[in-house]
Amino acid sequence: MIKHMVCSGLAILGMASAMAGAADSPASLMAQYAQQAGVPVSALAAPRGAALYRTEHAGRNGQAVSCAGCHTANPTQVGRTRVGKRIEPLAPAANPQRFTDAAKVEKWFRRNCQDVLQRECSAQEKGDFIAWLSQVK
Amino acid sequence: MNYLLRGIGVVAAVGAVSVLAFSLPSGDARGDGGGHALPKLTHKNWQQECASCHIAYAPAFLPKASWRRLMGGLDQHFGENASLDPATQADILRFLEANAADSGNSRMGGRVMQGVNLNEAPLRITETRWFVRKHDEVSRATWSRKSIGSAANCAACHRQAEQGVFDEDTVRIPK
Ligand code: HEC
Ligand code: HEC
Ligand code: HEC
Repeated sequence: MIKHMVCSGLAILGMASAMAGAADSPASLMAQYAQQAGVPVSALAAPRGAALYRTEHAGRNGQAVSCAGCHTANPTQVGRTRVGKRIEPLAPAANPQRFTDAAKVEKWFRRNCQDVLQRECSAQEKGDFIAWLSQVK
Repeated sequence: MNYLLRGIGVVAAVGAVSVLAFSLPSGDARGDGGGHALPKLTHKNWQQECASCHIAYAPAFLPKASWRRLMGGLDQHFGENASLDPATQADILRFLEANAADSGNSRMGGRVMQGVNLNEAPLRITETRWFVRKHDEVSRATWSRKSIGSAANCAACHRQAEQGVFDEDTVRIPK
């Protein structure tokens, strides 16, 4: 009985902290993505993440698009949306808010990978991407 | 045991906070400040989800039919993917419809409606006749200045656009 209460209490707590977005970190997200990809965390590669960030692709209207296009060549810098609104830096070193909310991270990977690559990113790619950004100084 | 009690305490506290968060009034209109300013609107999902790429455009700038069309195609939103989970999407649409140009909730909305052809459901504020008329003194070359980029970048010229203020005194066209 007590054990049951503790368990459901923990489950609710887990849900609550996922909603508040406070429980995640770049390291925990890397671990999650590695697990989804079925590889050890050590198999995530920062150079592949950097390549994903910089590589230009043909966008929907034929124009060259890349992650760096909005987030700028240097992810510690402020970026701009197509409408001209400020985007805070993507690298955790410059913006500790980044990669601390799994739902937000998933939402933007889904949207931005579709826009740039015309497909979703794989778990391995997401892990590589965070691995690179976490070591950018 | 100690841990268990503490756990229950935390769960109760979190519960109370989330009940509070969910019972906050959403979309309460408080008058439109004489017609030039928009009603101050607060709506958590709208402010969180519709203001990351541009300002959260006031619902009074488009009629209900436009918002329904726009919210039905977020995965192809002016060339970008702005998709949301269905519950959040429905929640934002309810708010937009309740405060749309044809909801009767603001004088700004009434003026916007004078130029709207209802069976067209325009997707862009910047293409409504009302918008074009209000901006007829802005030249084509000005719109495409690098510091502005797009007519949809209201905040480039309307310094208090994020607060819903668009009157003459707060306009400054950047070089
Ligand atoms: C068209 C502009 C644009 C492009 C291109 C773009 N992004 Fe973004 N990205 C944004 C905006 C806007 C946000 C959200 C605003 C914010 O949180 O400051 C964002 C946020 C993110 C986040 C959320 C991080 C967090 O924890 O807050 C991730 C992850 C991300 N982008 C990854 C990518 C990847 C990967 C690519 C390339 C495949 C990419 N982005 C390309 C505009 C863009
Ligand atoms: C991923 C980025 C992104 C998100 C998120 C987003 N938009 Fe947009 N939105 C755009 C882009 C890009 C344009 C086109 C701007 C341009 O042409 O300069 C646009 C244009 C618009 C316009 C037309 C502006 C005009 O030209 O009159 C409306 C209205 C609009 N968005 C509403 C919304 C609403 C409502 C939401 C929230 C459900 C939302 N947007 C979320 C990127 C976004
Ligand atoms: C290039 C600069 C520029 C941009 C970008 C711009 N405006 Fe304006 N706007 C003006 C100017 C100039 C006026 C006329 C000011 C005046 O004389 O009343 C104006 C007038 C207005 C008015 C009328 C104010 C009143 O009191 O009658 C509204 C409302 C307005 N703009 C909304 C918008 C919205 C919404 C957007 C974005 C979708 C936008 N504007 C983008 C420059 C701009």
